[in-house]
Amino acid sequence: MSTFKRTDLREEYQRFLNKKLLFFLVLIIGTIFLACISVSQGSAGLSIKEVCMAILARFLPDYFTSTRFADNIVWSLRLNRILMGIVAGMGLSIAGATMQGILKNPLASEFTLGMDSAACLGASLAIVLGAGFAGGEYLIIGNAFVFTLIASFTVYGLARYKGITPETLILAGIAITYLFSAMTTFLQYMGRVEELHDVVFWMMGSLDGATWERIGLITAILVLCLPYLVIKSWDINAIGAGDETAKSLGVDVERTRVTSMMLASLITASIICFTGTIGFVGLVGPHITRMVIGGDHRFLLPGSALTGAAILLGADTLARTVLAPVILPVGVMTSFLGVPFFIYLFMRRRRAFW
Amino acid sequence: MVNITIKDLSFNYNSSMILNDLDLVIDDSQVLGLVGPNGSGKTTLIKCIDRILKPKGSILLDGADIQTMNRTEMAKHLGYVPQSSSTSLATTVFDTVLMGRRPHMSWRVSDADIDKVANVLELLKLEELAMRDFDQLSGGQKQKVMIARALCQEPSVLLLDEPTSSLDMKHQLEVMEMITALVKEKKISAVMALHDLNLAAMFVDKLAILKGGKIYAAGEPADLLNSKNIREVYGVEAIVMDDLDRPYIIPLRSLNEGIA
Repeated sequence: MSTFKRTDLREEYQRFLNKKLLFFLVLIIGTIFLACISVSQGSAGLSIKEVCMAILARFLPDYFTSTRFADNIVWSLRLNRILMGIVAGMGLSIAGATMQGILKNPLASEFTLGMDSAACLGASLAIVLGAGFAGGEYLIIGNAFVFTLIASFTVYGLARYKGITPETLILAGIAITYLFSAMTTFLQYMGRVEELHDVVFWMMGSLDGATWERIGLITAILVLCLPYLVIKSWDINAIGAGDETAKSLGVDVERTRVTSMMLASLITASIICFTGTIGFVGLVGPHITRMVIGGDHRFLLPGSALTGAAILLGADTLARTVLAPVILPVGVMTSFLGVPFFIYLFMRRRRAFW
Repeated sequence: MVNITIKDLSFNYNSSMILNDLDLVIDDSQVLGLVGPNGSGKTTLIKCIDRILKPKGSILLDGADIQTMNRTEMAKHLGYVPQSSSTSLATTVFDTVLMGRRPHMSWRVSDADIDKVANVLELLKLEELAMRDFDQLSGGQKQKVMIARALCQEPSVLLLDEPTSSLDMKHQLEVMEMITALVKEKKISAVMALHDLNLAAMFVDKLAILKGGKIYAAGEPADLLNSKNIREVYGVEAIVMDDLDRPYIIPLRSLNEGIA
């Protein structure tokens, strides 16, 4: 007779859940800790006390007072940047986890599906030719946003035309990436030096443009999209076991895939139109999470959000402080930091995660 | 317990006709074997019954057309075991089997769901493997886990696509014995595509021979498995022995003439 008992399995399952919740808790505390470090660091040379006063003065103006200077630095330069890093990291990582899950492909990300290159092309068109869908300050942003969605629809359309499989989607994405990159290069070649500088700077990605309105907008989109994805987690899990199996388990595979893709594209577009392309977070945030807590999307999606937030916030904090007062492009820092960490996890992993 | 009535079922893939006006009735509480040469439509028929493919014609599940049924509702009646076990994500045996509860469970996994999984794992003697990674299992174990997942759906009909195709002799027998025992114990039916006629002769209650997308013949294995049918359907010269209490086929050579 086996020693197997029903309660063992229940307990085992509870242990699995607890491990996941512990991971969440560690990440939340870690991110808050990072945010505290980040808000106290910077070239303005504010003391920690001044920073605290500036924060508290806004909430409890009767009890705390702050200088106008400190208030400005903390509320218009640092906190908004920190929150932007958090929401952008969350969004890119959720989008990546979603795309990897529904396409059953570890390479799926906004980069391999052509969205990054499309955003770059849109921004370049605005910068070099001044052509775009919106005017004024929204010229570049509007272009990047619309082009990201266009890329996503085109890739999906191409793949659908030839029978949609995860492979055809990635192939179409890579093909579109080449096309859009070539067009961007052409524009750069034709552009003036200042324009070229602006294009390159945009492509590096940064959190400089973090305004409270933008943070609010991205947060609103996340709040709208994330519940659908988390509710559909079982269906995304089932798709991971194969389209046929998912169908036989009652999943409307096509609809789930299209809707999830659209939401992931919307999240991505709403972020990279403000930040420029920030590579790596969308690809590796989900992988790191998967290595630690496994592939159940009920936990993977929120977990990826937390991992992405921590990565991007950590990278931006370093980017601001390593060579202060010079602020390095955050995209460079995410890769500098993230790749060694990813390879470390990858090398010491005890079990397959994909 | 359900009865499946298939009428005028046709399916083409691109321009080639795979199923051609096929009629078949699947009674409850029996093991139905679908046999026939490669490309005769066995797998396609199974996928059509589970609406993984969309055929023309009608498939009635206790009188209700599955084409208009809600997918989740269907998943409570029909369990499907694919031929190959592809998972893109690393999951444990427990998680893989738990997935079978999807048609029944809400977002949260209840103790009752965990107990159902435990029951099925126990039934198929997989309990020791519960927390192992699915990818690390042998072919036979994977096949059993996929059957376990389908059983967790608590279906009245189990659809299996060549469940023994990649297994050795012992595991082939084990899996077939397991399926026939399940059909008796749970009072469900099983429809399986099979290549091995001897295995079919040993285990199935009813046989349907497919040829060119149609049912060539259907009935008891002992009535259908003879040299003439094997020659006409497979283009193979074979001796059919009957000194056991079931037909036993010894293939001799392939015939080059008269093969469609």
